[in-house]
Amino acid sequence: MQHRVAVTGAGVICALGHNCKDFWQALCDARSGISPMQSIAPGSVRFENAAEVRGWDPAHHFDEKEIGLLDRFAQFGAVAARDAVADAGIEWTDSLRENTAIVTGSCVGGQTTEDEGFVNLYRKNIPRVNPLTIPRTMENAAASRISLEMGIFGPTYTVSTACSSANHAIGQAFWMVRNGVVQMAICGGSEAVFSLGFLKAWEAMRVVSPDTCRPFSKDRRGLILGEGAAMLVLEPLEAARARGARILGEIVGFGMSSDAHHITQPSSDGAARAMRRALSDGAIQAEDIGYINAHGTATQANDASETAAIRKAFGAHADRLWVSSTKSMHGHTLGAAGAIEAVATLLALQHGVLPPTANYNEPDPACDLDVIPNCARKAQVEYALSNSFAFGGLNAVLAFRKSGDTPG
Amino acid sequence: MSYEELTERVRKIIAAAQHLPEEKITPDSTFEELGIDSLDGINILFAVESEFNINIPDDAAQNIRSVRDVVAGIAKLLESGSSGSKEAVQA
Repeated sequence: MQHRVAVTGAGVICALGHNCKDFWQALCDARSGISPMQSIAPGSVRFENAAEVRGWDPAHHFDEKEIGLLDRFAQFGAVAARDAVADAGIEWTDSLRENTAIVTGSCVGGQTTEDEGFVNLYRKNIPRVNPLTIPRTMENAAASRISLEMGIFGPTYTVSTACSSANHAIGQAFWMVRNGVVQMAICGGSEAVFSLGFLKAWEAMRVVSPDTCRPFSKDRRGLILGEGAAMLVLEPLEAARARGARILGEIVGFGMSSDAHHITQPSSDGAARAMRRALSDGAIQAEDIGYINAHGTATQANDASETAAIRKAFGAHADRLWVSSTKSMHGHTLGAAGAIEAVATLLALQHGVLPPTANYNEPDPACDLDVIPNCARKAQVEYALSNSFAFGGLNAVLAFRKSGDTPG
Repeated sequence: MSYEELTERVRKIIAAAQHLPEEKITPDSTFEELGIDSLDGINILFAVESEFNINIPDDAAQNIRSVRDVVAGIAKLLESGSSGSKEAVQA
């Protein structure tokens, strides 16, 4: 038997705030979290701006020994999971701990820790590397921390598919809950990208904007890197209702595809295929979808290709869709992107307000959809998609449904 | 360094990066003709930056689509002296 899958808790940490309330307010106000980078010395890379998490004090969340074990990306993930579980009002029992899954996404894991170790080794000629480097760096560090902290014994793993990591992770968790493999899942993604070595690699890719992130705008000049995490709590809808939980919304479909086209250039066919699969997995008609939270990185290639993909998947209905990229505000958080955007999408459905594409200046004929430029839009939408497309041609799309229950 | 020498060095860089015989690469070759896609392109610019010790801005990089564009771009940067290179170009 298949269950309907409810989202009953969410936690988010990103440049727009450390909780869902601040995050949502910023999205509604079209307030961008993009500003001059503080993590590295100015002038170290060609681009100056980023969407960094500000005011993060690990000591506020962890004791000193724990901080030594946790890279920034794992800290974000663990705290977002704590917030999601608190938000869902979970009361742990032995049986629930045994039957809860944790699936997280991360593109680069604890690479700031790794970078630091290599600076010591290669530049400062310190011949020893911190023994905690391996547990801090591993991509599954956040998932393992959540399991250890909450005493969760169920299926726990991490998906790393570049910018699609979090959507792949949430999709796996969704399927496990839907199919009754587990009673509950904590899922999402976390990322902390701001080390010099990693930023230099992005600089060399020539896809980072020298100013800000302007998705779908003709004058877009590339993506803006961001950091953060978001985690969701998923459980069967009937179980959530039975315990009187507040339902944020439902996940109803998940679609994946691979472009088999090029290692970095996107293919609209691959992206369209993933959207169609999400619709078919959720037994939803294209015409049911009202909003798409786009991948919308603001690179020339992605936004034009994604527009073409939406047209391929939706046909004439594409002109009746609202589409926006919230990356214009929280930046591109790579392996956390899908999770942060899942929270944005759920809140949009819940509040009947669609977040805008901020920093938008000029229509581009290659991106001729209603991209909700600069101002949030009031609209009651029943179903929405959230797209993630990764380097390597790996696509993952989630389908969401507005909660039929009265918000508590 | 003359414009011709510069062109020769660029042809060598592209030949090495693309695993192409040098004679296939003429000053008039476009990236498209040589099967150079966007990722190959940034890889070539990376090699060019290292070879000439210059920094090619992203905006300039976007408009480079031929061997001639690469050579002209390098010449401009070397002439402007803003590249950190001590080499001069006599075009």
